Amino acid sequence: MNTKSSDSQTSLPYLRKSRTGIKGLDEITIGGFPQGRPTLICGSAGCGKTLFSIEFLVHGALEYGEPGVFVAFEEKTEELTVNVASLGFDLAQMQKDKLIKLDHIHIERSEIEETGEYDLNGLFIRLGHAIDSIGAKRVVLDTIESLFSGLNNEAIIRAELRRLFEWLKDRNVTTIITGEKGEGTLTRQGLEEYVSDCVILLDHRVENKISTRLLRIVKYRGSVHGTNEYPFLIDEDGISVLPVTSLTLSHDASSDRISSGIPALNKMLGGEGFFRGSSILVSGTAGTGKTSIAGSFANETCVNGERCIYFAFEESPRQIVRNMRSIGIDLQTHIDNELLMFHASRPTLNGLEMHLLAINKLIGQFKPTTVVVDPITNLITVGSVSEVKSVLIRLIDFLQSQGITVLFTALSLNDNISEQTDESVSSLVDAWLLVRDIEFNGERNRGLYVMKSRGMKHSNQVREFVISDNGLDLVDVFLGPDGVLTGSAREAQQLLEQTGVALRDHAVSRKDREIERKRMVLESKISGLKEEFESLQEELNKTFIEEDLKKEVYEKNRQEISRIRDNGKTTE
Amino acid sequence: MNGNTDTEPIDLTDDNDHYVLRLFVTGASLNSRRAVVNIKEICETYMKDKYSLEIIDVYQQKTIAEKEQIIALPLLIKSAPLPARRLIGDMSDTKKVLKGLGISIGT
Repeated sequence: MNTKSSDSQTSLPYLRKSRTGIKGLDEITIGGFPQGRPTLICGSAGCGKTLFSIEFLVHGALEYGEPGVFVAFEEKTEELTVNVASLGFDLAQMQKDKLIKLDHIHIERSEIEETGEYDLNGLFIRLGHAIDSIGAKRVVLDTIESLFSGLNNEAIIRAELRRLFEWLKDRNVTTIITGEKGEGTLTRQGLEEYVSDCVILLDHRVENKISTRLLRIVKYRGSVHGTNEYPFLIDEDGISVLPVTSLTLSHDASSDRISSGIPALNKMLGGEGFFRGSSILVSGTAGTGKTSIAGSFANETCVNGERCIYFAFEESPRQIVRNMRSIGIDLQTHIDNELLMFHASRPTLNGLEMHLLAINKLIGQFKPTTVVVDPITNLITVGSVSEVKSVLIRLIDFLQSQGITVLFTALSLNDNISEQTDESVSSLVDAWLLVRDIEFNGERNRGLYVMKSRGMKHSNQVREFVISDNGLDLVDVFLGPDGVLTGSAREAQQLLEQTGVALRDHAVSRKDREIERKRMVLESKISGLKEEFESLQEELNKTFIEEDLKKEVYEKNRQEISRIRDNGKTTE
Repeated sequence: MNGNTDTEPIDLTDDNDHYVLRLFVTGASLNSRRAVVNIKEICETYMKDKYSLEIIDVYQQKTIAEKEQIIALPLLIKSAPLPARRLIGDMSDTKKVLKGLGISIGT
């Protein structure tokens, strides 16, 4: 990718590359095919050699300003034009625009008599003329091995081919040569002997009745390159190659939060929900409401005006929409508003890699902020556990690099938590919710645990997970004397507690009244005593007054008497 | 098979024994010179006054290479009498040339 930078600091000569424009191929070849050199693409019949080369030309002509010549030894130009029209390539128009030149080389052995020494100068002249007529920088020879079946003198052909490749190098055109895979060799005629710069092997494998197309760079002189087998997909948009693993773990981590769609669940996750760009696993046994959680998450995304893709591997979109409507979530409006996209396919439709590619492509087109994969468990029908895991790692990698939040659901077959999930992806994901059946008191209820949630505070409690007409909610479970209570047992316990409260209230009020009465009794007693005291006091006062009066009267009398006595004395 | 005869402007019906030959060569390369010498000799020996031979230098007319489906050179195209044949090589193998031209040496 960065080999394009011509202002390399060192003065060392470096290998220039021609971008192929094929999705993913430029990544694993780190920039494309070697510029000005021949590249061999080999593989068995029907593995996409011609398509690879035609894409190389078309992208070159349309995107990189490098016109190209296509020399077809097998197909007629009209056939070729029709064949690639399904990919949206209008070769006829491109020929008119002098972006591409098609040349069909036809060799009919029965018409030809060899009468001595010859050379392939005719081919050189044709090719040279074609290159000059449009100023081509790219050439495809598909499949040059046909020469061997058309002409007898192999020694001449080999010598001429060697000369041809040298000549193409001298003309500085980037060339693709295709070759049919032979027994024990890369190509039937050993073309790899002449093309030593870059060899790409295509393969089409069928395992368990499921086909996978694979690409491998056998050699690439003068350049580092990915060495793995990379799956690739051919569909209406052409070829896309998917690198198996990204080389680094270097994606950004957002601290933005994204709501789960269930307020109570957000509360369990530190109040705000998941991290944006994180991966979430919802696992649980059958019928625990995984899809409901997924649907609610998708709904929340769309309600917030963001986009979501829902990959359904078990149910059809209509089925999901209907089922979600029953719990008060309307997904159809979001579909109509083009915020929600459903992609439903049976896992057995194609290989795991193809699923990954399909997911990859859809995400590239729809550009969602969240993705739901429901469920990943079904993928196991297509591949082994380790394959599923590797695909999921890559999927998570890819999504995180795009900052897309992903929610997987997984069916755990065993109720035992220590069994973990079947795909053992629980270690890969950032948050893991477990929905569990709690069987108690003759009924089955759902309990939700947050098993892990990286980088945030989260509740360690079990919550009862309730699915109602109005959506999903989490209820605190009751801890009774017999353990955790859910469902009707919880409600019974709630009622019991309510009764208790009423009784207590009643008891309290009775006691209050009694005290009031006692108070009143005491108060009346107090007033009686007071009155008694007052009368006593009055009595006492009366005595005092009488005494005073008596005293007064006595004094008066005494004075009267003495006055009278004095008067008698004088009269004597 | 007959794709190449369509382009041939010469009327073929008047004389069945008349050979219409075109030799494509590349400049003055060794093979080309040999081919020219050899074919002329064969023509003079086996079909004197019954042939027309045109020698074309593909370097001078590059578009003709595509039109005539030329790959290997030198190439001799016999467009009449039918069937049309294509002979490649320096025409040094007289037997094969005659066989290709449909001339039996016995006569």
